[in-house]
Amino acid sequence: MSPESSTEVIAHSSPVAAGPAELPQTTAARVGSAAGLALLGLVAVLLLGLGANPGAAAFELSSPSASLQIPIIRVPARGTAVALGALVLVLSGWQLAHGFRRRGRRRALAVSLVATLLAFLCWAGSGTAGTVIDMLGLLQNTIFLAVPLVLGALAGVLCERSGVINVAIEGQMLSGAFSAAMFATLAHNLGVGVVAAMISGGLIGALLAVFAIKYLVNQVILGVVLNVFALGVTGFLYDALMQPDQNTFNSPALFAPVRLPLLGELPVLGPLLFDTNVLVYLTYVLIAVVHVGLFHTRWGLRTRSVGEHPRAADTVGINVTRVRYRNVIAGGLVAGLAGAYITIGTVGAFTKNISSGKGFIALAALIFGRWSPLGALGAALLFAFADALQTVLSIIGTPVRIPSAFLAMFPYLATIFAVAGLVGRVRAPAADGQPYVKS
Amino acid sequence: MSGPEGPVPAPGLRARVWRAVREGNSVVVTLLAMFASVIVGGVLISVSDKATIAASKYFFSYPWDTFSAAWHATSRAYLALFEGAIFNPSSLATGSISTILYPLSETIVNATPLILAGLSVGIAFRAGLFNIGGQGQIIFGAVLAGYVGFAWHLPVGVHVLVAVLAGLVGGALWGGLAGWLKARTGAHEVITTIMLNYVAYYALSFLLSVQGFQRPPYQQAISNQVDANARLPHLLGPDLRVHAGIFVALAAAWVTWWLLERSTIGFQLRAVGANPNAARTAGMSVERSYFLVMLVAGGLAGLAGAMQILGTNSAITQDIDAGIGFDGITVALLGLGRPGGAVLAGLLFGALRAGGVQMQSRTGTPIDLVVVIQSLIVMFIAAPPLVRAIFRLRSRDRAGIGSELAKGWNG
Repeated sequence: MSPESSTEVIAHSSPVAAGPAELPQTTAARVGSAAGLALLGLVAVLLLGLGANPGAAAFELSSPSASLQIPIIRVPARGTAVALGALVLVLSGWQLAHGFRRRGRRRALAVSLVATLLAFLCWAGSGTAGTVIDMLGLLQNTIFLAVPLVLGALAGVLCERSGVINVAIEGQMLSGAFSAAMFATLAHNLGVGVVAAMISGGLIGALLAVFAIKYLVNQVILGVVLNVFALGVTGFLYDALMQPDQNTFNSPALFAPVRLPLLGELPVLGPLLFDTNVLVYLTYVLIAVVHVGLFHTRWGLRTRSVGEHPRAADTVGINVTRVRYRNVIAGGLVAGLAGAYITIGTVGAFTKNISSGKGFIALAALIFGRWSPLGALGAALLFAFADALQTVLSIIGTPVRIPSAFLAMFPYLATIFAVAGLVGRVRAPAADGQPYVKS
Repeated sequence: MSGPEGPVPAPGLRARVWRAVREGNSVVVTLLAMFASVIVGGVLISVSDKATIAASKYFFSYPWDTFSAAWHATSRAYLALFEGAIFNPSSLATGSISTILYPLSETIVNATPLILAGLSVGIAFRAGLFNIGGQGQIIFGAVLAGYVGFAWHLPVGVHVLVAVLAGLVGGALWGGLAGWLKARTGAHEVITTIMLNYVAYYALSFLLSVQGFQRPPYQQAISNQVDANARLPHLLGPDLRVHAGIFVALAAAWVTWWLLERSTIGFQLRAVGANPNAARTAGMSVERSYFLVMLVAGGLAGLAGAMQILGTNSAITQDIDAGIGFDGITVALLGLGRPGGAVLAGLLFGALRAGGVQMQSRTGTPIDLVVVIQSLIVMFIAAPPLVRAIFRLRSRDRAGIGSELAKGWNG
């Protein structure tokens, strides 16, 4: 039997490597997730629906300069929020009575989250008469904030699917952000900055790989220590080099937005998705590459089998160590790219601790998204939306003032709920974090 | 490393030391790890030093200049660090006791919360849990201790005691939450504690905008001032910052040691840490142990927060944690997870922090160097085989600390 065909056998015979098998949910789990959905629905109906001021909520979907104008959408705030909440309650009732299958459950959760969010927007928009919520701006801001989270989470996917825990995403981003700013300035070339960012993220990834795979150091400890290391080195070099001489070391150019022909002209989607800079387009490509690669190529099959059951993978001739080294370093490259986006993609100059916890939100998105690229994408968008919402809510007056701190907490609370299994359980790759010692 | 018992004569001191060095026991590995980290730190100082960069431009025609400039920059920075942390000979000339003791006082002030945070991480370690939630627990400890400190008005002596206890409770609640989640739902404590850190951070940012907590006139994000009655007393007069918190830290270290090594609970915790399945078979409640140890670990970190607010500072600000939560992890690792080790490691890192301030102000070497050295020490210590390889010691097939905890998110 050739090595390739035997890996196929693993994938098909082991339910773990091909994703969790379709087992019926236990009654407790079914009732639990139904209760979770019901809670969302009740919040939407009682707090958001009945708590909304009477009157309309208005949403604007096109910028004033767009050639094709979309009229402002006005809906009765109270009625719409109650209707959306009722939809969530119906889904919850169905889950309680019949139980969705696995895929259906995920869709039900996604629909419920979106419905609750929309109900929330209706509630928020009803606060002051005459407010129009700039939806396009809100969504643009969401994409803008989501890119580093998506890239960071993809880095985590690459790493953790092969069985190495990556808590060092934050450090990889930070060193990427630093290198991008520094080398783009020194070389007067943004491309050099991107490459430097990826290399420095990859170097931290390589450190992680060597210590975790060769020296069998606890990977969580290692990740934490590497974060501290990256914070220290970038902070030191910032104070020693950049701070005294910003012009020589820390004044990079910025990637300018590129509007794609045709796609860029689409209403709403055009300005939202196809009028941004190269790094964002690269992110789209990477999402597709990682998703297709992980689930439809030989590399992905090997990665997943190494992450789930390294001994079995080794038995059929996969070099576990090599797969892990490659994936961890590739993850570092991607996280470094996220760092490049933070400096030369959006802000420009580097400042101390500029990543400010984005790596940890990316980790949260990775976990909330169940270690899958598309799940992580969805989670990152959700978290970025919550972040973008803070600015909007502080501008418009909501019926009850919401301190922005509570919105900032949202990603972390959502992740705690997810790992605690309150709305469906998340499960890491089986061998994630366990060093493999060939016996 | 004692010699074999019985008729074989114990080898002499020199022979024993030599054998320890060759075989690289944990003390030797620790010392070598520090040495290697200081060297790497020196490289970092050199490459960012202006004179060294200037000399390196003609490196190939006159290499000695580069080395002497690098040596000059590095030795100056490390000397300033030492003088800021331990003893500055030039202070003798002033003849004032407080000037002479100032560096040591700063070292102890910095070490106090580090010791407590290190104990917190260390005790969780022994039960097989990894408490990354020090930051959140410190914040909640500081919030409760601070609130009791400024909102209640109690007599001298009682007030400070109640405030310290409040800090303990605040941290214990936040840590216990992670333990409860782990025991009840199996949610991995690393994930929940990281997330709870951020929840605590934003909860604090909310509190610092609430009237009754925020200091009038409500413009700055700073809490009310803690009452004088609730402050930990200064030990060496008002000129030196060293306060009674160090005794709290040492007492906590002793209690932690007693709890771990002498009590039934400690035995259960260690058994659960060594092998949860065996502990369960022996009739111990693994879940109860998880909850309990996170309660204790949170309480210790909460005490660190209380020391910050009742001793070192007098009002809560957004950065009350000051990185101590994460430094606690490095302290615990350097202290090999033992209470005594945490005290020593806390003093060392406290000295580095105190000295780093002086180094920055006197030589312009950024204080972040201390952070780099700290993380390098831990990285080297976590991988003894690496240190042995660098210094060509006889290899022993043993993985580093924490590798016995090498378990995944599902573990």
